[in-house]
Amino acid sequence: MTTEHYVVLSAILFSIGVFGVLIRRNAIVVFMSVELMLNAANLAFVAFARQHGNLTGQTIAFFVMVVAAAEVVVGLAILVTIYRTRRSASVDEPNLLKY
Amino acid sequence: MNLTNSLTSFLGSATIEASNVDPTVNLPVAASGVFSFMWLLLALPVLGSALLLLLGKRADKWGPIFAVLMVCGAFVVGLFLYFAMLAESANDRPVNLHMWDWILVGNFEAPIGMQLDQLSMVFVLLITGVGGLIHIYSLGYMKDDPDKRKFFGYLNLFIAAMLLLVTADSYLLLYVGWEGVGLASYLLVGFWQYKPAAAVAAKKAFVMNRVGDVGLSIAIMLMFVTFGSVTFTGVFDAAPGASESTMTWIGFALLLAACGKSAQLPLQAWLLDAMEGPTPVSALIHAATMVTAGVYLIVRSGPIFDAAPAARDAVMVVGAATLIFGAIIGAAKDGIKDVLAGSTMSQVGYMILAAGLGPVGYVFAIFHLLTHGMFKANLFLGAGSIMHSMHDQLNMRRFGALRKVMFFTFLTFSSGWLAIMGVPPFSAFYSKDKIIEASFSVNFWGGLAALVGAGITSFYMTRLWTMTFTGKARWTEDNQHPHESPKVMLFPMAVLGLASLAAGFLLAGAIETWLAPVTGFEEGHLPISSLAMESISLTFVLVGGAIAYLQYRRGVPITPPQHVSALTVAARDELYGDAFNEAVFMRPGQWLTRSLVFVDSKAIDGIVNGTSAAVGGLSGRLRRIQTGFARSYALSMLAGAVLLIVALILVRM
Repeated sequence: MTTEHYVVLSAILFSIGVFGVLIRRNAIVVFMSVELMLNAANLAFVAFARQHGNLTGQTIAFFVMVVAAAEVVVGLAILVTIYRTRRSASVDEPNLLKY
Repeated sequence: MNLTNSLTSFLGSATIEASNVDPTVNLPVAASGVFSFMWLLLALPVLGSALLLLLGKRADKWGPIFAVLMVCGAFVVGLFLYFAMLAESANDRPVNLHMWDWILVGNFEAPIGMQLDQLSMVFVLLITGVGGLIHIYSLGYMKDDPDKRKFFGYLNLFIAAMLLLVTADSYLLLYVGWEGVGLASYLLVGFWQYKPAAAVAAKKAFVMNRVGDVGLSIAIMLMFVTFGSVTFTGVFDAAPGASESTMTWIGFALLLAACGKSAQLPLQAWLLDAMEGPTPVSALIHAATMVTAGVYLIVRSGPIFDAAPAARDAVMVVGAATLIFGAIIGAAKDGIKDVLAGSTMSQVGYMILAAGLGPVGYVFAIFHLLTHGMFKANLFLGAGSIMHSMHDQLNMRRFGALRKVMFFTFLTFSSGWLAIMGVPPFSAFYSKDKIIEASFSVNFWGGLAALVGAGITSFYMTRLWTMTFTGKARWTEDNQHPHESPKVMLFPMAVLGLASLAAGFLLAGAIETWLAPVTGFEEGHLPISSLAMESISLTFVLVGGAIAYLQYRRGVPITPPQHVSALTVAARDELYGDAFNEAVFMRPGQWLTRSLVFVDSKAIDGIVNGTSAAVGGLSGRLRRIQTGFARSYALSMLAGAVLLIVALILVRM
């Protein structure tokens, strides 16, 4: 298994995440897709870290996880509030902030 | 209190020969002794006006008396300075008192300092002397005015500004005084501002003076650019070395300034309207002092006009034209103050004419200025006394036979009448005839104008005198009860009456000696003998007076006759001065401003508004991108990221 394999896998996962964000309406699924993108990036970091033989990439992966966890906390809280008011978790429903 | 007596008895003893004195070495020395107190001249009236105007109603009781005391105090200071000056030899007389530095920028410096020389000295005595008398007179004249305190505050302000004007040691400081008297004139002409005519007249006087003031400011700027200095000594030292064209420009700018302040053609129209102010104001500001500031400016700037013959000739032409112009107006007007205003214009014209003759005439310009200051103030105070007793009636067609009811006023007024006509041996016989002679020695037409002017002067003054004091009474008893004025008004009239009779006799000869070190003096050369010249001008005077007396001694109709010559019609309308201004300046000015407004609103605003409308429309379209759908934002972010990456890759390749 070379670095190349990991990077290709990371790209595939990232693309799946992107399409998930763009196509799915359910906010939970969008969230999961975002997590997928983050973890795809993590995978690339770790792979390159291993190739270069230093710990920088590993450390950043931990940072990303921490930020992702924090983001999920805030995001899910917003999501729950939206669901309570609108009885729906669709991301297209709350579109009042516009021209 | 008698200005002339004190002035002249000592002038007579001066022994310096005019021809021995070289004006160029007549430089001021630093003030010491009594002269170091000359700031008191300015400080007293400034204090008076500050207290009266700032304390408000608290000063109502003692304010007017205080103002009178301040001016009389300034007069006493002036006398002390005068005696101190007499003790010096003629070349050591000018003194300079440096007070502080006003502006110091780069190599430009404008010090604040007072310069007192023989020329300033006569002005100081005239301003404080006549000013003091008119202050006293105003105590009676303005007795019942509710705003008496304010009036005296303004009068003191005027005295302070006028003294600053004549004692300044630089053109810049003179300009401060110049504007100060303009302000005081505005405030006092419009003193009864609830009368629309007075408010309009004040504004008119101020605006027309502005035109002249622009001339003075241009002159000062030109001086700074040319000489790098605006002090009198700095400018006059450098003046002979400057190019003639520059000096001509400066001379014309100064002439414009003088025309504005002294109501000379073409800026004469404000003076007749300014008669809306209280009569003491007309006497002090619009006859004796402020309107002569232009003469002072030109005589003071002698070294500039020495180097600019064209500007000097223009001064002469303006003076000659105005003296005829004013006299014609005076001969047709029916309001007593209007006649005197026309007369003032004409007499100041004489002074300007004399000032335009150069060293031949400077001395006589100032001589006539002094005698005119006395007899014209006297005449105005007499007119004020008549108005005071006639319920503010101005129309001479409503006067007549006032000799019987106001005998004292009749006496003082008659002395002014004799003085202004130039009947020997009274004031104008000496001063005006000297101007006529000097004019003939330089330019025949100038002399002719002065000679004819003397005839017309005699005509209109006799007309005024006859219509007012002789014949049958044309006033009616129902609302007018002519009576003699109170003593506080009669006293100044008496002093000025005596002064207007004696001033010419006392000052003749001495004034040349006194002023020559400052202004220079040359004897003019007449083709005929002086006695013959005097007889000719006396003939003009007598003929003019006789015509008027014969024409008006039987009285005049109460309504002005309508079938009169075109000249009379024109003169009643002030020779169309206002119409001219309206047609030449006001209408085109309005047209210009309207077209500017049009260009501004259509073109300038069009560009600005067009730009903003374009930006607004464009952003209205751009706004549509903000749909509110989170996923479309995500798509645009993706597109942006892809674009960036593609760009990076392309750059790398």
